[in-house]
Amino acid sequence: MSTYESATSRLSRLLAMVPWLLNRQGIDLASAAAELGVSESQVVDDLQVLFVCGTPGHFPDDLIDAQWEDGRVYVSNADSIARPLRLGRDEALALIVALRALAATPGLAHSDAVDRALAKLEQAAGDVAEAAGKVSVDLDPELPADLVATVRTALTEARRLHLRYRVASRDETTERDVDPLRVVSVDGRWYLEGWCHRAQGVRLFRLDRVEDAQVLDQPATPPADLPERDLSGGAFRGSPEDTVVTLHLEPGSAWVADSFPVESVTELGGGRLEVTMRVGDPRWLHRLVRRQGGEVRVLAPGPLVEEVAAGARAALEGYGA
Amino acid sequence: MPKATKGPSPAAAKTERLLNLVIALLSTRQPLSRARIREAVPDYSDNDEAFERMFERDKDELRALGIPLRTEPIDPFFDDEPGYRIDQREYALPELSFEPDELAVIGLASRAWSHASLAGPAALALRKLEAAGVVRDEASVAGIEPLLRTSEPAFEPVRDAVLRRTPIRFDYRGGSGDLAERHVQPWSLTSWHGRWYVTGHDLDRDAPRVFRLDRISGRPARAGRPGGYEVPADHDPLTMIRASSGDVPGTTVAARLHVRDAAASSLRRRGTVVTDRSAPEGWDTLEVQVGDLRALAEEVAAAGADVRVVEPPELAEQVRSILRAVLEAHGGGAA
Repeated sequence: MSTYESATSRLSRLLAMVPWLLNRQGIDLASAAAELGVSESQVVDDLQVLFVCGTPGHFPDDLIDAQWEDGRVYVSNADSIARPLRLGRDEALALIVALRALAATPGLAHSDAVDRALAKLEQAAGDVAEAAGKVSVDLDPELPADLVATVRTALTEARRLHLRYRVASRDETTERDVDPLRVVSVDGRWYLEGWCHRAQGVRLFRLDRVEDAQVLDQPATPPADLPERDLSGGAFRGSPEDTVVTLHLEPGSAWVADSFPVESVTELGGGRLEVTMRVGDPRWLHRLVRRQGGEVRVLAPGPLVEEVAAGARAALEGYGA
Repeated sequence: MPKATKGPSPAAAKTERLLNLVIALLSTRQPLSRARIREAVPDYSDNDEAFERMFERDKDELRALGIPLRTEPIDPFFDDEPGYRIDQREYALPELSFEPDELAVIGLASRAWSHASLAGPAALALRKLEAAGVVRDEASVAGIEPLLRTSEPAFEPVRDAVLRRTPIRFDYRGGSGDLAERHVQPWSLTSWHGRWYVTGHDLDRDAPRVFRLDRISGRPARAGRPGGYEVPADHDPLTMIRASSGDVPGTTVAARLHVRDAAASSLRRRGTVVTDRSAPEGWDTLEVQVGDLRALAEEVAAAGADVRVVEPPELAEQVRSILRAVLEAHGGGAA
């Protein structure tokens, strides 16, 4: 993990690190590194820089005193930079935009804490707070507040949930018991990640597709040591057992390539694309293809092409066509 | 990773120099002359010209970091030589005392960007706000993880343009798939359903328009001065984005569908089952109010043989044409 850090970004980091350490005298090196989001050797390098800096004159008494022997960090004699620098534009922007999005999500508990934190930040940020209004994130604010609250209760009390859940790919409603693990917002949708007793596996449930949720008396007992799933690439994941399909996308359906995890994209000119992707449940693909009215064409595998044609023919028979 | 300790690398030497400069300018009440600064900061060159160049660049870089470096006359009666200082009150974050639960939600807000382009600033902001040593009440936000993504290369330039009200131009892939250069005065940047949109005044069309960031090809370029236009006071980005995605509340049409038992649960959620003799055995009749007939036709086509349109006839015709197109595209010939 070695990303280049410019002298000025390092300076920003040091100016934030000094006040942080001044208020945490004797913190152990490992925790300091973990909380500051850098390696231990980076913290030591940083302390070495501080150690040779100070007020004009640069006699020993003028220099910042930084010690890290015995794995504990002490910093002193840094009065002039004991307070953090004001928030920069992007710093205030990032926090204010995310907090406003959280404030607009009903039932997420502690909305009171969000409001209080926002008020203080907006005051500290001044003009930036107003400019931040031009950047906004919509985190599904139309979710029913009581549903979110129910899920939060199950999560904080570590109890099992009974869900009535609509599976979009099959367009059917299912009933299942789930041990909640976390509530995650990915791509503007809130998901409950939990151990599903019916599937005997970790599943993501989109909260706007939960038709009903009841907190059960049983405690949640998900298997220990479940690996944490990395959702930073999006909520959808192909699996090695999935079928690899090749699709031809007309320009009007090119969004499919952006919206689902495709394995390869070939531009065919004129905005047409050929993509390959992994599909777990073919019913999902059938629905997508029928909805797009010929703009999404399955090229392979052969049997799937025939099934799509057969599905469309069967649906047309309903109209005596 | 062990590191050779042979003396600072050029980048580390520069960090030291800038830090010494900041400390020197913060600890003085009187503005410092260039000569004093040159003495105070060990790393400045002996060569006059080199010092001047270096100091000019350092000043610019500190200001770019948001450090309020002031230029003031050293002696109010003789303004021939400027001096420099940083006012502690302008520099320092105002004293804000946060409660543990407030810091917890700020931590949540900061982590939301951890996989996006504002990850660095978001982490730095959290560190500044929690510098005072209040411990975050992590239990109050346990299990909640908002994740924001900004994978579009256009995100940063558009964000800057929106914040500074700067006109931009970019190549845009429209609905028909072809690229065309667009000139826009951007008003707002909004993430809706996981996609970033920029709204603004489209100078080519002379009308308000919505653009998806993932359809912008390459990086947008500045096409005018900052602050060169006003954003309409009543601008509501979400309403504009929704309207552009066909998600408009308005007049509705009643449609009647036959739906196979237990199938099409999303359509069932939107409509009501009515008693109706016309439905075949094992099917229900569903009444749905819709604003956009085309969207309903696509939904019915997606449901395939489990749903049939009873009325209106326009809807049935749209569903038939969608399904015929699917059949033709898959070698089924005209049906």
